[in-house]
Amino acid sequence: MKPPPFSYYAPTSVQEAVALLGSLENARVLAGGQSLLPMLNMRFATPDHVIDINRIPALTGIAVRDGEVVIGAMTRQRDLEFSPVIREHLPIMHEALQFVGHRQTRNRGTIGGSLCHLDPAAELPCVAAAHDAVVDVVSENGAREIPFAEFPLGYLTPSLEPGEMVRAIRFPLWPTRTGAAFVEFARRHGDFAIVSVAALVAMDADGAVERASLTLGGVGSGPMRMHDVEDALIGKTLDAIAIKAAAESCGAIEVDDDPYTPVHYRKHLCRTLVVRALETAALRAQGSRS
Amino acid sequence: MNETLDTRTIIVKVNGVEHRRTAPVRMLLSDFLRHELRLTGTHVGCEHGVCGACTVLVDGRSARSCLMLAVQSDGCEILTIEGIANADGTLHPLQEAFQRRHALQCGFCTPGMLTTLMELLADNPSPTEEDVKITISGNLCRCTGYAGIVKAALDAAAVLRGEKTPAA
Repeated sequence: MKPPPFSYYAPTSVQEAVALLGSLENARVLAGGQSLLPMLNMRFATPDHVIDINRIPALTGIAVRDGEVVIGAMTRQRDLEFSPVIREHLPIMHEALQFVGHRQTRNRGTIGGSLCHLDPAAELPCVAAAHDAVVDVVSENGAREIPFAEFPLGYLTPSLEPGEMVRAIRFPLWPTRTGAAFVEFARRHGDFAIVSVAALVAMDADGAVERASLTLGGVGSGPMRMHDVEDALIGKTLDAIAIKAAAESCGAIEVDDDPYTPVHYRKHLCRTLVVRALETAALRAQGSRS
Repeated sequence: MNETLDTRTIIVKVNGVEHRRTAPVRMLLSDFLRHELRLTGTHVGCEHGVCGACTVLVDGRSARSCLMLAVQSDGCEILTIEGIANADGTLHPLQEAFQRRHALQCGFCTPGMLTTLMELLADNPSPTEEDVKITISGNLCRCTGYAGIVKAALDAAAVLRGEKTPAA
């Protein structure tokens, strides 16, 4: 229950960090440490080198520019939770953060860390998937952008090349007539979700769905965007019939089995939570329309 | 400053006292507090960030000291359970309320409960019962004494607001 031996580096610039990352074998980046430290303590992770990026000020911050919210990878979950910019422009992230761990872990945990750890039931990857976020990564060889749809490669595995680290995440804004909702069910407050649902719905002036985004968390190896269900909602009014049809489609997907949660129960949660998410998003879209 | 790859010298202020120590880089902050500084009031329960017993305040923010390396606290100010009581040794209103409300049995979770609630009371002088419950949702008490803890936190908030005297 103590970390294995490793060498420790605390670079103060991104340049310095990627130089270390590019030259050291079996190195891990230490962000907020709320997933990596447990994995070190339990010796699930045994890096030879730990590169602590907590002392790089350039990796922290929240800004709105060119129709996007740009968030530095090391921005703490607590700072996102209390940010008026996030509350105004990414209300779904504000709502999702209420479910992320506890105050003690949000004080340290970062958005970049959550996305890179990529727990299948984690909330922030769901929000990134729902918003078609773009991940800005950097290495010694330069920077590149990864659309979030291509970011998860598999269970706990982001599509980062060796030597790459996340620098920032960009969230494209939705139109003003958008309602957003994040709902989840977990056995205890702060636990990872059994199922979570992120919904974004933009309405036209007549109240018909112009654009929709529906993401399920906890059901597969990463967040699952329901593109077919989204397409089927376009042009419709979000009444009980449309919402029920969307929920039934989501309940029909194949979900992973695990020793604690039978498949039928997880599917039931998918249907129930999709209804709640879409109903709430629809109400909020109507509210922002008037 | 000593900058070898497996030990580092850090300067950290704990409960108002500055310490300069050389620590192995893999040493957890919880072990640094307990074994190097001999501040054994910070309890270690699960050592993987689930139980909340080892919670301390780092620069005023609650954090699980088992999920931080000691070297990461270089330059930080830390408050542990030993630093909560008043300078003259009398109990802080939160500790006083815990005593009055029987908010502890075995006492193992108490340091983490108190540090976690210190942050809440600093951020929000008028918490609701729900606020308190959500705040301590990351702290496990296996004596299941939560009801007393919630009452104590609400009492302490009232005392700190000046609406209630400690003895009432």
